[in-house]
Amino acid sequence: MKEFDTELGISVTGCNLWYGELQALKNIDMEIAEREITAFIGPSGCGKSTFLKTLNRMNDLVENCRIEGRFIIGGVDIYAKDTDVNLLRKNVGMVFQKPNPFPMSVYDNIAFAPRTFGIKKRSELDEIVEKSLRRASIWDDLKDRLKKSALGLSGGQQQRLCIARALAAEPKILLMDEPTSALDPISTGKIEDLMSELKTELTIVIVTHNMQQATRIADKTAFFYLGELIEYAETETLFTTPKDRRTENYITGRFG
Amino acid sequence: MSIRVKYETELNSVYNKLIAMCRSVETAIERSIDSLITRNDDLAKEVIRDDKRIDGIEHEIEQDCLKILLLEHPVASDFREVSATLKMITDLERIADQAADISELALQFGDERFIKEPTHIKEMAKLAALMVKDSVLSLINKDRELARALDDRDDRVDALFGVIKSDLVALIQKDKNNVDQAILFMMIAKYLERISDHAVNIGEWVEYAITGSHKVG
Ligand SMILES: Nc1ncnc2c1ncn2[C@@H]1O[C@H](COP(=O)(O)OP(=O)(O)OP(=O)(O)O)[C@@H](O)[C@H]1O
Ligand SMILES: [Mg+2]
Repeated sequence: MKEFDTELGISVTGCNLWYGELQALKNIDMEIAEREITAFIGPSGCGKSTFLKTLNRMNDLVENCRIEGRFIIGGVDIYAKDTDVNLLRKNVGMVFQKPNPFPMSVYDNIAFAPRTFGIKKRSELDEIVEKSLRRASIWDDLKDRLKKSALGLSGGQQQRLCIARALAAEPKILLMDEPTSALDPISTGKIEDLMSELKTELTIVIVTHNMQQATRIADKTAFFYLGELIEYAETETLFTTPKDRRTENYITGRFG
Repeated sequence: MSIRVKYETELNSVYNKLIAMCRSVETAIERSIDSLITRNDDLAKEVIRDDKRIDGIEHEIEQDCLKILLLEHPVASDFREVSATLKMITDLERIADQAADISELALQFGDERFIKEPTHIKEMAKLAALMVKDSVLSLINKDRELARALDDRDDRVDALFGVIKSDLVALIQKDKNNVDQAILFMMIAKYLERISDHAVNIGEWVEYAITGSHKVG
């Protein structure tokens, strides 16, 4: 696979996706700007997670899943035959709604990706672990528990650990699927602060059911409905003057 | 009750208060001019007193809107309607102030005979009060045409102001003793002209509530 360009933008054209007979995504064209936060909103089952997962080929693992379209990330066609999926996932990291810490120590969770990509020196790994935990605002909580199992952490701590783990791979794009839906307002605030800081370096795409979260942090917001991208605009525009009646009805709670 | 229905109930309650405020403001304009024409000092004083009550309604609506913004986080047209209401009540409150100012001026005529019957002022007041009414009505009914038409109606009020001004200038030139009353009439006409401008402002906020674009005038 070609190295990623310095350009971190995402360009998708003609995306269609089927799970067996079910068409989950319909004709999606979308340009996601680099070093911005883009939020995906829409009712449950409209395809937000599915579309997010196409961006680092997480759907490859799903049986009966068929994908059409062109997906260019950082100048690279990510579905091309010679694409190194591991390298893709290093560059395009993902954080899921449910925290999924590996059954190993806090330290090893964070060091996992750097080790995979060849970093062996202890001091270097120490540095990455501390830096990543600090960025995810959880260093103070965990600095004395680095050797303890990650499974013993609270849900909110696990989620921030997973964000730290994703950051340790030094991704250029971070995909986040409802990353704060299980967090209290303080932890949520910290994660949102982190996203705002990170966007100076990387491109962030976040799925959220929390409209205020989208208005707080996202530069652009995309509204999905029944597998289609209905409306995609500057967040302020979408939430003050949506163009499509379906967007208006959804965000004002008139249907759902 | 669903969240949506609850929201609409809250917004309706704000609209009912807004309609009540608008009625009070129209009445204030009409009474201020009546108090002038019929030389009714009690009526003039009532308008001045009522201005305080209208300030109270403004404050209440403002609190309601802020509460909705804080607790309901309205978006899209919901957000625009609440913001437009917040802006409109400032204009309505200013109109009530101006009606009170007109009443203060009416009190200064004392028992002197009018240098001229204030028929044009009466006409101006009638047009301005109707504009105020329609401006608020256009929000309630989401009537974009009605909101837009206010601009043209304001031109007619301005034209009447021009007529009144030249009449007064002629009266002063005819007899210097007319100056005192001419100044009072002139100020009243100016307040009415401002009232009609405020109605146009309200119309522009209604346009924003309906379409999302606000003319910076
Ligand atoms: N692995 C799968 N196999 C079959 N169908 C799936 C699979 N994953 C998702 N789907 C279907 O695809 C559609 C889109 O699902 P997706 O998870 O992308 O929705 P979503 O917008 O993320 O919803 P939510 O807000 O509930 O997370 C749904 O109808 C879902 O049932
Ligand atoms: Mg999902």
